[in-house]
Amino acid sequence: MNLEKVVFAFFILLAATLNFGFFIGDIANPELHSVYELFAAIVVSMIATVLKFGDRTQIGAIHLATSLVADLQLIAAALTWAIAVHVTGVGMTAHVTSSVVSMSGGALFANIVSVVILIIETVMLRR
Amino acid sequence: MSSIFFIILRRMRAPLIVLIVIYAVSVLGLTLVPGVDATGQPAPPLSFFHAFYFISYTATTIGFGEIPNAFSDAQRLWVTVCIYLTVIGWSYSIVTLLALLQDKAFQNVLVVGRFARRVRHLQEPFYLVCGCGETGALVCRTLDEMNVRFVVVESREERVQELDLEDFKTDVPALAADAMSSRILELAGLRHPQCVGVLALTNDDNANLAIAIATRLLNPQLTVLARAENAATVDNMVSFGTHHIINPFERFAEYLGLAIEAPHTLRLLEWVTGLPGSQMPVPHRPPAGAWVVCGNGRFAKPVVRELADHQFRVTVITPDASEPVEPPLQRVVGSGVRADTLQSAGIVEAVGLVAGTDNDVNNLSIAVTAKGLNSDLFVILRQNRVLNSPLFEAFSAQFTMVSSRIIAHESLATIITPLLATFLGEVRKHPDEWAATACARMEAMFGNEVPQVWTVAINAAEAPALSDHLAGGHAEISVLLRSFHGHDEPLEALPLMLVRQARHALFPADNMPLQCGDVLLFAGRGHARDEQRTAVVNANVLAYLLTGREGSGGWIWQRFERRRSR
Repeated sequence: MNLEKVVFAFFILLAATLNFGFFIGDIANPELHSVYELFAAIVVSMIATVLKFGDRTQIGAIHLATSLVADLQLIAAALTWAIAVHVTGVGMTAHVTSSVVSMSGGALFANIVSVVILIIETVMLRR
Repeated sequence: MSSIFFIILRRMRAPLIVLIVIYAVSVLGLTLVPGVDATGQPAPPLSFFHAFYFISYTATTIGFGEIPNAFSDAQRLWVTVCIYLTVIGWSYSIVTLLALLQDKAFQNVLVVGRFARRVRHLQEPFYLVCGCGETGALVCRTLDEMNVRFVVVESREERVQELDLEDFKTDVPALAADAMSSRILELAGLRHPQCVGVLALTNDDNANLAIAIATRLLNPQLTVLARAENAATVDNMVSFGTHHIINPFERFAEYLGLAIEAPHTLRLLEWVTGLPGSQMPVPHRPPAGAWVVCGNGRFAKPVVRELADHQFRVTVITPDASEPVEPPLQRVVGSGVRADTLQSAGIVEAVGLVAGTDNDVNNLSIAVTAKGLNSDLFVILRQNRVLNSPLFEAFSAQFTMVSSRIIAHESLATIITPLLATFLGEVRKHPDEWAATACARMEAMFGNEVPQVWTVAINAAEAPALSDHLAGGHAEISVLLRSFHGHDEPLEALPLMLVRQARHALFPADNMPLQCGDVLLFAGRGHARDEQRTAVVNANVLAYLLTGREGSGGWIWQRFERRRSR
């Protein structure tokens, strides 16, 4: 067992699960989507991205790309949230909530791809 | 470039993760700790947005103060923790980055990357010079003078640094690396479309061999010129078809043979292969008679052979008693630096001395001692290091053999003007008296300074104006020997050879008519070369040279002139 592999898989899975936890629930209802969960998803996703730095293989490159997509989507979601609440003062209306959650849904898809690649890689290199 | 990026990313992984975690903990803490409003009543904690904003400016030590409201004491407690945490995080990142920049391996990657990029961006034809010792430096300087681009790979770091300090006209990419590695050769442009030739000039025969074979395999079209000092290396290089192999010792022996047999032919050779701008040496002819040769290495062997071939009586002084000596030769065992050894070798009756050991100080000592015993000696000295030149100049032997100079002359002559090899071959077929007249012409035109040698090909690509004119008109060689500053002003250039189809005409007459497809070899000054180049490309300049009248370039003026002349 390799500790590096454990940490790597842990963060990738955690990023996906946190993202899923935030995403699940009625898309327009702000009560069901905790801002703390979004925060945790962003932080874990960024750590996962950094962990993927420096791998020069083809699979490593795809890993990094999926993570960057997830980061981008989650940060966009957080920005939307911050703008709605603090800048325009609209608050968490159904429209704003649904756009934030759908963006995190996009990130979730990228995270799922990441998990799938992780599984493929593991199966491919059976050791 | 991408490898540098990846190295930075890999090395920065840990500090970046630490930084993200510290930010996350700080921001999260701030969103949990309750605040206070203006009236002192408990207020809800900061939102994520405000918390992130606050941590961002605090962590980077910008510190705008407590925004949006004054903090509660609980918040201040947490912020104190955050300040120290983030300072640690940033310091860790910066220290790691600085350590990475100082890292020898990382700097090496940077240097190699920059070198490879500079080579990739070369737009003009260039040569790859491997090895920049005494010989390589001489070649580089001359290439630069002739405006030829080149790339240098040299194994010693300090030589590359010295190269950076040299005042080259062009930008010279140079790398300190082992040229025996094919990866380095490729980075240095071995497969670059603009690379036209490889010069393997290191002082290590094995390295030269490795470079030659790598070039042969990776880019067979390139011209390879390799220096080889051992017979085995020469044979090896011949076996896989190296274009030019220069063995300085064999070459010197050949020159010595020419000096004995045909001194004017040798002089003509020196005129056209010397380093442009340098002074011609004073001519000497080795006298016939008894000779004493000190040393029995790579240098002395071919020299002894050449002397013996010309029926000279040769006595070899060698410290090695085991080596066999063929009957006509005589041998004295010992070192030539001692007067008694020289005397027993018959230095008093001898006419000539060759001091050819591989130690400069010993060679000088031998020569000085021998001169003391017999002041009329003809002395041939071997100089191993260019650094010792002042000593050798002070002694002023009749011949001084400097292998780096021989290699440099030879490689430049063959690489820059491939036609020169043909010319030299033709010259050797002529009698010495013929060479004497040729030398006299050179001396009349150039005095004592070695001229440049170049080729002019009369074809549509290289001489569009002249070949257009020749399609319907007539021109003689003399048109290339007039300056465009004045119709009657001659250029300082001498036609050495005209190649038409497979026939060669040496020293063609000025009134010889030119044809399309001719190739001419000229010797002359640099500015003459530039003027010729302008003349064969620019139709107006050519018209002036042909007629002596200023032509008109524009269409209207041409019509007007035609009407007037009608």
